[in-house]
Amino acid sequence: MTSADHHPDTLIARRVRRLETLLEEKGVLSGAQLDEIIDASLSGASPANGARVVARAWTDPAYKSRLLADGTAAVRELGFMEGGFQRLRVVENTDETHNVIVCTLCSCYPLRLLGPSPSWYKSEAYRSRVVREPRAVLAEFGLNLPDDTEITVWDSSAETRYMVLPRRPADTDSMSEAELTGLVTRNALIGTAEL
Amino acid sequence: MARMNDIGGMQGFGPIDTTEDTEPFHADWEARVVGLFNALRAQDVFNTNEFRDAIESMPPAEYLATSYYERWFKAICTLLERKGVIEPGELDD
Repeated sequence: MTSADHHPDTLIARRVRRLETLLEEKGVLSGAQLDEIIDASLSGASPANGARVVARAWTDPAYKSRLLADGTAAVRELGFMEGGFQRLRVVENTDETHNVIVCTLCSCYPLRLLGPSPSWYKSEAYRSRVVREPRAVLAEFGLNLPDDTEITVWDSSAETRYMVLPRRPADTDSMSEAELTGLVTRNALIGTAEL
Repeated sequence: MARMNDIGGMQGFGPIDTTEDTEPFHADWEARVVGLFNALRAQDVFNTNEFRDAIESMPPAEYLATSYYERWFKAICTLLERKGVIEPGELDD
């Protein structure tokens, strides 16, 4: 036995493999099935999807109204299904207000629109603190908001997921929708960055 | 009883590691665990709410000592034992 065998990651990897084998032996599932499911669970999930929604809202006021009124239906117009059963609510940043999302209880997140969540989103530090001291937390991300900007923190749940509609950067009037899409970052969609 | 996952507003967790990571998984076993979760849920071995409950009812010390996907794995094992799919101890060395 080498020292690597004692590493916690090696131990858990071995237990996961053993469970897979056990479930195959019991006929509960097959390894091939699992590979397929792993591929399917992340395919099509990307922050580029959220970016497309934002760029459309910036360039089409009617779409923006629909997006803010019913996020679930509006993203479906662009071909994105965000969760089978959850509601998507899109919250708009303005000159006076800034929004940021969290899931204090665990890790709820609009996966299809934002891609896999970053580790910090699932961390105890982010989950516990952003609802108590959002200004300090945003500063840790390098986002220093003016004192008079009102910050709203949205706590996701099993039923409702949130996405931030960031402010459109200045001097982008001549940009196409596709070019605007390229400006939108994952953290801006969470609210831990501006553009 | 308060559950350990209910940490909104709790103090003492320190600074946030804001490192930008774009990799969804940091080890192959993490992806396998997510695959197991999706496969077992698709076969109605358990549902999402039972899975959440299994994570949220972990003893506080265990919850805090385990990584995100370790909790997923432990919850899957808990549910499989509860449902009689595997026997307690069947995964042990």
